Amino acid sequence: MFARDAALAVAIATLATIDGTAAQTANQPPDTMAARVEACTPCHGNKGEGTSDVYFPRLAGKPAGYLYNQLLAFRSGRRKYPPMNYLLEFLPDPYLEAMAEYFASEHPPLPQPAPSEVSKEVLAQGELLATSGDAGRNIPACVSCHGPGLTGMQPGIPGLLGLRAAYVSAQLGAWRYGTRTAKSPDCMQLVAGHLTEADVTAVAAWLATRAAPTNPAPVPKGTYALPFGCGSQPN
Amino acid sequence: MGSRLSITLLSIKLLALAAALTTAAQAQDKTGDVIARGEYLARAGDCTACHTAAEGRLFAGGRPMPTPFGTIYTSNITPDPETGIGKWSADDFYRTMHNGRFPDGGLIYPAMPFASYTKVTRADSDAIFAYLRSIQPVNQKNKPHELRFPYDNRQLILGWRTLFFREGEFKPDPTKSAEWNRGAYLVEGLGHCGMCHSPINALGGTSQSDAFKGGLIPMQNWYAPSLTSNREAGLGDWSIKDITDLLQTGVSARGVVYGPMAEVVHNSLQYLSDEDTKAMAVYLKGISEPSPPPPASSALPTTESSLLISLGKTVYDKNCASCHGTQGEGKPPHWPPLANNQSIEMQSAVNPIRMVLNGGYPPGTKGNPMPYGMPPFAGLLSDNEIAAVVSYIRTAWGNRGTPVSAREANELRSAPLN
Repeated sequence: MFARDAALAVAIATLATIDGTAAQTANQPPDTMAARVEACTPCHGNKGEGTSDVYFPRLAGKPAGYLYNQLLAFRSGRRKYPPMNYLLEFLPDPYLEAMAEYFASEHPPLPQPAPSEVSKEVLAQGELLATSGDAGRNIPACVSCHGPGLTGMQPGIPGLLGLRAAYVSAQLGAWRYGTRTAKSPDCMQLVAGHLTEADVTAVAAWLATRAAPTNPAPVPKGTYALPFGCGSQPN
Repeated sequence: MGSRLSITLLSIKLLALAAALTTAAQAQDKTGDVIARGEYLARAGDCTACHTAAEGRLFAGGRPMPTPFGTIYTSNITPDPETGIGKWSADDFYRTMHNGRFPDGGLIYPAMPFASYTKVTRADSDAIFAYLRSIQPVNQKNKPHELRFPYDNRQLILGWRTLFFREGEFKPDPTKSAEWNRGAYLVEGLGHCGMCHSPINALGGTSQSDAFKGGLIPMQNWYAPSLTSNREAGLGDWSIKDITDLLQTGVSARGVVYGPMAEVVHNSLQYLSDEDTKAMAVYLKGISEPSPPPPASSALPTTESSLLISLGKTVYDKNCASCHGTQGEGKPPHWPPLANNQSIEMQSAVNPIRMVLNGGYPPGTKGNPMPYGMPPFAGLLSDNEIAAVVSYIRTAWGNRGTPVSAREANELRSAPLN
């Protein structure tokens, strides 16, 4: 009896709160992450699917841990892109985490791959590097870390699908020149350091031709072992 | 008898010990209080904004500060004896704050706001020093400044000091309330608000008579509005609650903070007590002055203005009205109103143009941990469209601003973002 009364009292109190809140929020923006990240959408698309600008990456469906690491790096200035550094400068960790979770949980369809502008030979070289690497030059295959389906692995390894060649090429270039860095051991810097400009063009072009797999979600943590240590993907 | 004596002696000893312990505990409490108060005051002075570098250790310095005269690197103020202020005394620290001189008498560049900090009381300076002594020492050498000739000659600071520096602790105004005076002490002293909100002349100084009259912040290209003119950021017709909301949470019914002010709220103002925030609000509201009539017309020809404004309405209805409302009413505090928003109407159109170009988030604060953001439109709108929409919001709904040209919009595309 007492329990029922108490439950009723709680229910009434809850209703009262909802009513009060509703009255207050009638003229307020929606209390959603979608409304809060509208500042991201002109460049990354409404659901993080990307826009027509080939240098702005798709965010949707990437592992939340990867996205969070990038938000932290842009906020501190470690990853340099002034419009991003400026937007994030005074946002607290839990909010950046919520933003990362939001875009990680969005799953707009992957775009149709655009026809490639490079020759068949270059694409073949890209495919070889991405799927088998080049042991003679200490270059691991992309798939050995980013997954056989190139969909990435939770929590820190991004998928490489749905990105345009210009973006991938610019990022690999930034890793090579040391303008993009990550937590030590900085595996991508090591890998990109072994790539030539021609390798970068070939890999970026081939990756951009890949069609969406049936399941584009990143695989769970620990699905496969990484070939070497990676600061962004703690064991 | 003997044993009674020894018991008594023991009791006395125990009592003495207990008394000694109590005194020690009290002394420690007192030290703890002073350190906590020092930490609070260091927040009020926003020391960390300059003395902590991005990804750097707290107060270890090394942050580059671009100035019109070259780059200054901030100093290590951790208690490391070799590279920080570990060998300083409280007197040394007070002299730095109060008189802008290093312990050896050397002159400090006025990028350090000692012209404001000179107003800080000795007790508050000592508390901040006690706090700085209590933090983790970091062994990190100061980087030499990279100033251009002739500004690398510290003797020039003497000239600057003669022109712009008046040494002296804050003197309360007996005709005003204690609250007003507390607000004045915080705004003029530790808050060093005048560093940005006063016009800076070619010599990098501010004359006393121009204090809080607003000015373009060198190097950053944001306009720090006047705190005395109600046509700018004067708060004469704001309610105390709207002012305290803005200072503590970064958002208010009248507008939100952005640009360099977002940093001030993020690092400093959000940590101030309700009482201190209210005192600052009372003072800031009190210093607003009757405003001169608005400028009658803009520099643009009338035909160009009306074309801009009519295009501006189209751009606004398509891109802005969904958040800011068809009548500029917004959904305050998160989507700020643009109608009757001083920040939009000011004579300088730098800030509204930059907000349209760069967008921005208000700071995440205890009172508003997940702020709503404004999208950047630099990549979506042409110079003409930016000028048009800014001209429209500056003149629609009874706003008394003036139209802006596409050239002004274009020039601000290259303004530094950080």
